[in-house]
Amino acid sequence: MSNLLEVNKVSKKFGDFRALNSVSVAVPKGSIFGLLGPNGAGKTTLIRIINQITMPDTGTVRLDGELLNNGHIKDIGYLPEERGLYKSMKVGEQALYLAQLKGLSKAEAKARLKYWFERLDIGDWWHKKIQELSKGMAQKIQFVVTVLHQPKLLIFDEPFSGFDPINANLIKDEILRLRDDGATVIFSTHRMESVEELCDDIALINKSNKILEGKLVDIKRQYKINTFEVGIKTADKLGLEQEMSQKFDISPANFKTLDDELKLNIKISEAETPNELLSYLTSRGDVSHFVELIPSVNDIFIQTVTNN
Amino acid sequence: MNHLPLIIKREYLTKVRNKSFIVMTILSPIIMIVLFGVVAYLSQLNNDKVRSISILDESGLVQDAFKDSGKIKYQVLDNMSLGAAKLLAKEASSYGLLHIDKAKDLNTLPNHVKFYSEEAPSLTLISEMESTLEKRFTEIKLESNGVDINMINASKTPVNIAQESFEGEKTSKIDSVVKLIFGGAIGYLLFMFIIIYGNMIMRSVIEEKTTRVIEVIISSVKPVQLMLGKIIGTSLAGITQFVIWMCIGGVLMTVVTTTMGIDVSGMQKQQEEIMQQAAENPELHMQVQDFIMAFNHLPIVNLVVAFILFFAAGYLLYSSLYAAIGSAVDNETDTQQFVFPVLMPLILAVYIGLFTVIEDPHGTVSVVFSFIPFTSPVVMLMRIPFGVPLWQQLVSLLLLVGTFMLTVWFAAKIYRVGILMYGKKPSYKELIKWIKY
Repeated sequence: MSNLLEVNKVSKKFGDFRALNSVSVAVPKGSIFGLLGPNGAGKTTLIRIINQITMPDTGTVRLDGELLNNGHIKDIGYLPEERGLYKSMKVGEQALYLAQLKGLSKAEAKARLKYWFERLDIGDWWHKKIQELSKGMAQKIQFVVTVLHQPKLLIFDEPFSGFDPINANLIKDEILRLRDDGATVIFSTHRMESVEELCDDIALINKSNKILEGKLVDIKRQYKINTFEVGIKTADKLGLEQEMSQKFDISPANFKTLDDELKLNIKISEAETPNELLSYLTSRGDVSHFVELIPSVNDIFIQTVTNN
Repeated sequence: MNHLPLIIKREYLTKVRNKSFIVMTILSPIIMIVLFGVVAYLSQLNNDKVRSISILDESGLVQDAFKDSGKIKYQVLDNMSLGAAKLLAKEASSYGLLHIDKAKDLNTLPNHVKFYSEEAPSLTLISEMESTLEKRFTEIKLESNGVDINMINASKTPVNIAQESFEGEKTSKIDSVVKLIFGGAIGYLLFMFIIIYGNMIMRSVIEEKTTRVIEVIISSVKPVQLMLGKIIGTSLAGITQFVIWMCIGGVLMTVVTTTMGIDVSGMQKQQEEIMQQAAENPELHMQVQDFIMAFNHLPIVNLVVAFILFFAAGYLLYSSLYAAIGSAVDNETDTQQFVFPVLMPLILAVYIGLFTVIEDPHGTVSVVFSFIPFTSPVVMLMRIPFGVPLWQQLVSLLLLVGTFMLTVWFAAKIYRVGILMYGKKPSYKELIKWIKY
């Protein structure tokens, strides 16, 4: 799969502060790409450079193989973290205005807005002013405006902030659908569970440097710890635990079950396979629980950032 | 992609539909007219009052000199003491009592004139009486020295030097007055326009910052375009407001003057009187003619064209600075310290216009400041009625437009950094970096 966006060794300084230090990122076409990092790591600066709001000091950015230029403005949809709308303007007018700024004709913009407003069930807001809407309602309008011109690249910076769980889900589904329709999405957030759910690829930026990039599954594989969460029913819990502690590296586990089982985290060596562990366990009692422990993005995030 | 028309349209419509804008547009001229009406009505009341003044002339020399005029009636009192005259004047509710003591010596007599009144008398009244007395005393003195007053009156000769340039253009003193009024009005208009609508642009920039819509907009539009759109849209709204003010003002003025009886007819009568007097009095006649000529002497076509060009360029120059200020700050209270230095050259220009240009329209100071871009709109417009060579006007205009473009470009850079900065001021070093983009 080819890359839609290629950021190559981009650096940016603000005065004495280095916001980005030779950062390279490749975003595959048709993927949802998670751009992660703690506060002040340089994510927003990178996103602004992609949007041609800021110019990099050194390095290049290519969209679809071409160096970034003015013509790319219509190819990118950007939902900034610091976002807002003109308070005293009516919803419909404002959406039309912003869509026209992205190069849509008025008629085209109107037709698409109608479609989206019906889709999100917000059609009756057309004549309302933004200041009459709640924050979540305004966010919905903002989302529509971001995706309306059907850009190749969508950039969402904390898209779920300000949404209640129901609407956050609605927006999440829309993002997935847009990806399925062929758009590429860059997704910047602190909410790791949504990264887990949505992202195909991630890059982790910390203190102006990229410290991790790749397919989410590959990264998880890389961080895998060969540990299994196990529940086993046995008459002699203490005896079994002692026996196992000699064979494996074990620690107590904590999860909810119906009966009084022995609950353990069992780490096996590279030489052993899960099947061998399982057959050993079944010979000792009734196995009610057997799950491989996969590191969450949250764990990876914290581990990488603190080690860095 | 050129979004300029789109941005202009939005800025214009937002401004024009704004409630406070509509209210101000309609209310301002009404308030102005009502104020004008009240003032006019009150001063008319004041003027209509006929004042009676008692005169006790114990010298008997000057009482004949006082002739009743429309607003003052003189009452000559005879054969009574000062005390009795005071009482009488008070009882008759006279405005006051003019007392001239017995004449012992014509030279000291002027020191023995006194005016008694309930309240402090108006200055005009006092000076009117003074001039009457002065004239009378002078006449008496001349007569006592054996001079024929009639001969003096007959030999009075008014002189009004006709002025003409080497090219044969006639001018006069009144020319200068007309030009002064003209230039002053233009300077003031530009000044007001810049302050009112410059502030409006600044607020609109700050609004984009505080509502955080700016990052969305700036990802689709170049900041220069956004800023220019703002400036032009707001200016058009300003022009609309001005035109509406003129229309409402004109209509209301007619309505008020006719209904409230602040008689236009009276004014017409006055005009007729002046014309009549002018016909009788050759000196006045000449002045009236000069006045009409002065208007004809103004280079009207040049003025109108120059007015439009210099006004537009000057206004745009300053409004781009206002936009830059708006982008550099977070809220309106922080703007004051930046606004003042921007307005300084404008204030300077108005002063130079009013004092130096009138005195010497083609002197070094006037010429230099009519070339400096920040003062040239006002100073040049004030100089043009006095006749400025075309090349000077063109050079000045070119400089102004050049500076305007430079300022817009520079302001846009500040703008671009400023709008994304919250809570800190951009450094110059950083500005230079942004300018390369």
